[in-house]
Amino acid sequence: MTGNATVFPKDPTWEGEGSSRIPFWAYTRDDLYQQELERFFYSGHWCYVGLEAEIPNPGDFRRTVIGERSVIMVRDTNGAINVVENVCAHRGMRFCRERHGNRKDFFCPYHQWNYSLEGDLQGVPFRRGVKQEGKINGGMPPEFKLEEHGLTKLKVATRGGVVFASFDHDVEPLEEFLGPTILQYFDRVFNGRKLKVLGYRRQRIPGNWKLMQENIKDPYHPGLLHTWFSTFGLWRADNKSQLRMDEHFRHAAMISTRGQGGKNDEVVSGVDSFKDQMKVNDPRLLDIVPEPWWNGPTAVMTTVFPSVILQQQVNSVSTRHIQPNGHGSFDFVWTHFGFDDDSEEMTQRRLIQANLFGPAGFVSADDGEVIEWSQEGFEQKPAHRTVVEMGGYDIGDSEHMVTETLIRGMYAYWRKVMGQ
Amino acid sequence: MNMTIDFQTYFELLNLYSDYAMAVDSADWEKWPDFFVEDGTYRLQPRENFEQGLPLCLLALESRAMIKDRVYGVKETMYHDPYYQRHIVGTPRVISVEGGRDADTIHSEANYVVVRTKYDGESTVFNSGYYRDVIVRTPEGLKLQSRLCIYDTEMIPNSIIYPI
Repeated sequence: MTGNATVFPKDPTWEGEGSSRIPFWAYTRDDLYQQELERFFYSGHWCYVGLEAEIPNPGDFRRTVIGERSVIMVRDTNGAINVVENVCAHRGMRFCRERHGNRKDFFCPYHQWNYSLEGDLQGVPFRRGVKQEGKINGGMPPEFKLEEHGLTKLKVATRGGVVFASFDHDVEPLEEFLGPTILQYFDRVFNGRKLKVLGYRRQRIPGNWKLMQENIKDPYHPGLLHTWFSTFGLWRADNKSQLRMDEHFRHAAMISTRGQGGKNDEVVSGVDSFKDQMKVNDPRLLDIVPEPWWNGPTAVMTTVFPSVILQQQVNSVSTRHIQPNGHGSFDFVWTHFGFDDDSEEMTQRRLIQANLFGPAGFVSADDGEVIEWSQEGFEQKPAHRTVVEMGGYDIGDSEHMVTETLIRGMYAYWRKVMGQ
Repeated sequence: MNMTIDFQTYFELLNLYSDYAMAVDSADWEKWPDFFVEDGTYRLQPRENFEQGLPLCLLALESRAMIKDRVYGVKETMYHDPYYQRHIVGTPRVISVEGGRDADTIHSEANYVVVRTKYDGESTVFNSGYYRDVIVRTPEGLKLQSRLCIYDTEMIPNSIIYPI
């Protein structure tokens, strides 16, 4: 490509049928971003909202977000979980300002409209007017019906303690949305045990939200970018591994079994991040104890499109929630958890291994950084494109990780839904 | 509980806070573990977890050895945008003291703000919070038995690499 080619394409079109060369403009255009919100986050898909363990009691609620739409996940008096949009039916106010709490009902402070935990409008002040000197002033018109002015209610599905919701009431059942292959890896972690929330971590990453999905569909980078993975064999090209997708190629699981680490010239020679002599001073950072439910693999990273990543990396488990805010930025919210029957020792182990992950993690901090730098490159010349051709041009499951097939799969799906 | 220390001890305490800030802002990361005793701990925790009684930290370094591992990570293993940082630390507030007026153990707190400056960018407030410290007297002077940094800036601007 010559240096003086068009930088800002007037009529951008994706050349050819494939998905191995992703145009930079797929990450930089506001119009496409809004279409993505409509077509992925607001219809046809289940989005992650939280864990049941975050709202154990009737009246417990937690404010969260789907795409850019603020929603409230709440447990009602019958114990059921509802998700309602945080926008008052009256004047459109985002009325819920607390991040979590316990309530008998919701109300909007502006004009005190009041909603049940199911999202039904219960009362409107001065609905019948105000009596003064024998006559009634104002009030809502007689045909105003409370039941026509509730909060927007989302369809809700829970499985294994994880709560998903959709603005689209015609969305397929969650199990079909995930498909049998991904469901199996979902159930491996969320097998009905009660979850115990360990805490949150939040970061705002100045990059397009799809880059985070891609990061966890990219088994090529971890053994290269992340010293801890290459040096200690936690994740690298000579590990026994599988890559699996749903039939639409939108979700994926990267499955890996830890190798011995150390020096294997085939995969570490010339790799800058590999540190032959590196040892940890405090072995607790890598005090890995296999758990029976792993059934072999030491790590399974699952991407559920578009909104969440499910992490099991050795003893550290978390959900990572993607919350886009504009074409060039998203919030990334990590909820680390354990299980109700964890020993105190196991809880401590999960907490210490959490040092590898999150916005300051030995491993994950670099991911946020490279996403920022990628976005900078895309903004610089939107007419250009990436080359996602490790392992060829095809899309398919794999028995190794020297491939970018999962990213190609995601963009095949993206092109279909976006009509690009 | 005693809350009085002599001026010499308070002076040492002030020095500990300002020396720590100077060390972590100077990019001389090797000095950082030396502020802790061998079984000393360093924790960086979002305020929401602290207030809800949730144990997860952003970093939970449970010994001086683990703090050294972090130094190695910062220096050698974590790819990141280089940046300058500047700590502005408030005057420490002594909560309680054990031992005599020269103190064996001091529980103290101090507010902090860390300003980050990237090479091509402006200076912005990067992390704001307060330290909750347990400080002990050793033959080498006052050292941190534990430092818990509770930060208000829960939404981290991408990543935190260097020590707070």
